[in-house]
Amino acid sequence: MSEKFEQGVQALRQQIDARISSYFSSCVHCGLCAEACLFYTETNNPRFTPIHKLEPMKKLWRREYTFWGKLGAALGLGKPLTEEDFAEWETLVYDSCTLCGRCSMVCPVGNDITYMIRKQREGFLVAGYAPDGMKEATRRALKIGSPMGVTYKTLKAALAHVEKDTGMTIPMDKQGADYMTLFSSMEIVNFPEYIESIARIFAAAGVSWTISSKAFEATNSGIQIGNKEAAAELVNRVVIAAEKLGIKTVVSPECGHAYTAIRWEGPNLIGRKYPFEVIHILELLDQLKKEGRLQLAYKDSIPMTLHDPCQIVRRGGVVKQPRDLLNSVAEHFTEMKDHGVMNWCCGGGGGGVSANERAEPLRLQVFNRKKRQLDELGINTLVTACANCRIILEEGLEHNEMDTEVISLTELIADHLVKDESKV
Amino acid sequence: MGQFIDGPLWTFSLGVFVLGVIWRVVTILIAGNRSDLATAKGSAGKGAIRAVFSRFIPERTVATRGRIQLIAGYLFHVGLLALLFFAKPHVDFIAERITGLSWLAMPHWAFIVSAEAAFIGLILLWLHRVLNPVTRLLSDLDDHVGSILVFLVMLTGCLALAQAFEPLRLTHLLLAELLLIYFPFSKLMHAFTFVMSRGYTGATMGRKGINA
Repeated sequence: MSEKFEQGVQALRQQIDARISSYFSSCVHCGLCAEACLFYTETNNPRFTPIHKLEPMKKLWRREYTFWGKLGAALGLGKPLTEEDFAEWETLVYDSCTLCGRCSMVCPVGNDITYMIRKQREGFLVAGYAPDGMKEATRRALKIGSPMGVTYKTLKAALAHVEKDTGMTIPMDKQGADYMTLFSSMEIVNFPEYIESIARIFAAAGVSWTISSKAFEATNSGIQIGNKEAAAELVNRVVIAAEKLGIKTVVSPECGHAYTAIRWEGPNLIGRKYPFEVIHILELLDQLKKEGRLQLAYKDSIPMTLHDPCQIVRRGGVVKQPRDLLNSVAEHFTEMKDHGVMNWCCGGGGGGVSANERAEPLRLQVFNRKKRQLDELGINTLVTACANCRIILEEGLEHNEMDTEVISLTELIADHLVKDESKV
Repeated sequence: MGQFIDGPLWTFSLGVFVLGVIWRVVTILIAGNRSDLATAKGSAGKGAIRAVFSRFIPERTVATRGRIQLIAGYLFHVGLLALLFFAKPHVDFIAERITGLSWLAMPHWAFIVSAEAAFIGLILLWLHRVLNPVTRLLSDLDDHVGSILVFLVMLTGCLALAQAFEPLRLTHLLLAELLLIYFPFSKLMHAFTFVMSRGYTGATMGRKGINA
């Protein structure tokens, strides 16, 4: 038995709190969670049943927290958790779960299975059973500051383009700004038009904002892989930067899991409340619109539909704002049959699965669910609010040779501004 | 033997049940939860209460794909609870042996309907458990022992309904006592812990402003 395995078991043991104990106590093995998981519905493989992915943690719980388990252990009976369990379950825990949270919405006894899988990953990582792609992304995030290796120089280059295109000056490290905006690496590298959109919207709305040169990255590989120390370190960088600049509100980018990381898990990871607020960009845009600071010119007549990023909507609680915003610029916005908190995941899972190269074939297979949703509607313009969802959707659409355009909601709003300061 | 089943064993099994359930609930509670430091958008308390009740209504995706389990689940649980609390012999037994309080028992036809619903539900659930690849993979010995014990208690209960044949009544009581003893150490505990699991999830979701 290796030392790492023992440490992994210990890490797993530390995750078992009252919530998890109540969840395992309540589970009656009804299997209904399978019907909510796209990895099961698109493959019909029972091993992808969400609660089955927790078998290693359940094994430990049963042996150490239940009467029969303790009795069995005392008599030398029953099966203890083994290194083979970690090895066998690694792909189930990482490759076939995007932490989308859909299973948690349907469990008849209310089990938050996603919460348990997130916690189980802590033990798996310590035991050494995590995908290399995610390990590498976490290492880059800690060393360089971004899971994709985006440095401050890369950001500066992207901002230089924005400044050239818009004629605006992007406020860097502005002391006492109201808002400090974060980005995801995916936005900086693949969708710099998001940064331009933010700049144009904030200029039009007269928002006092800045970007920190010390902490501009919002994604958190530590949460995805299940490394609370790394996750805390990444959150702390943002907190320290915001405190130094005297920021009132930190703005989470569209990126779904970045929002979960900084808004909901962040304070718990660093063990203290923030001295500032955290707001998702869509919440801010909706707020600006309601305050009359965001004047939108016209409505598009092109039929549009919305893909809800799981971490923003189902796990984040930003449900109404994207709909209000999209309705304000789209004349024909049609919801998918399953939408809002019950929308289906794109299959990328807030970067977790997309940073895990070996999961790609499965990811493309389960994209069939999104394909069917789009086919049912027959709409070719798909609006979303997460750079990671966007890249996963684009890959899936291309793989299926579908002629659907994917648009960022923030960018769509920016394109409909009445008063565009960049053109003044 | 009859006196033992009617007397000491009943007291013992009821004691194990009550203390066992309390022990299980306390064990869960003392595992503890860290307080959530993220600023809440909504109320944890309201979220918890909402989830405890809202999860009685199945979500549409599950209602469609898992309709057999849902229908069977409702038939079984509603039928069983009706039998447990409103069958005439149970009302009398509870009043005489436990609470001292009595309430209106259901008529004979309602008993028959409840018993049929409970039996059909339980048998369907068990067949689904052994035939469906997902539930077959998930199920363990505890699931089957629980199902079989409940089935036997219900079966002997129906046979003993007239209370005309004492051995049948004692057999029913003996099996019910075994069930009570087994209950706190099994999945049957979900009858109590579902409030906690729904509540914990509902509270977390409630803080985030999500209706769970």
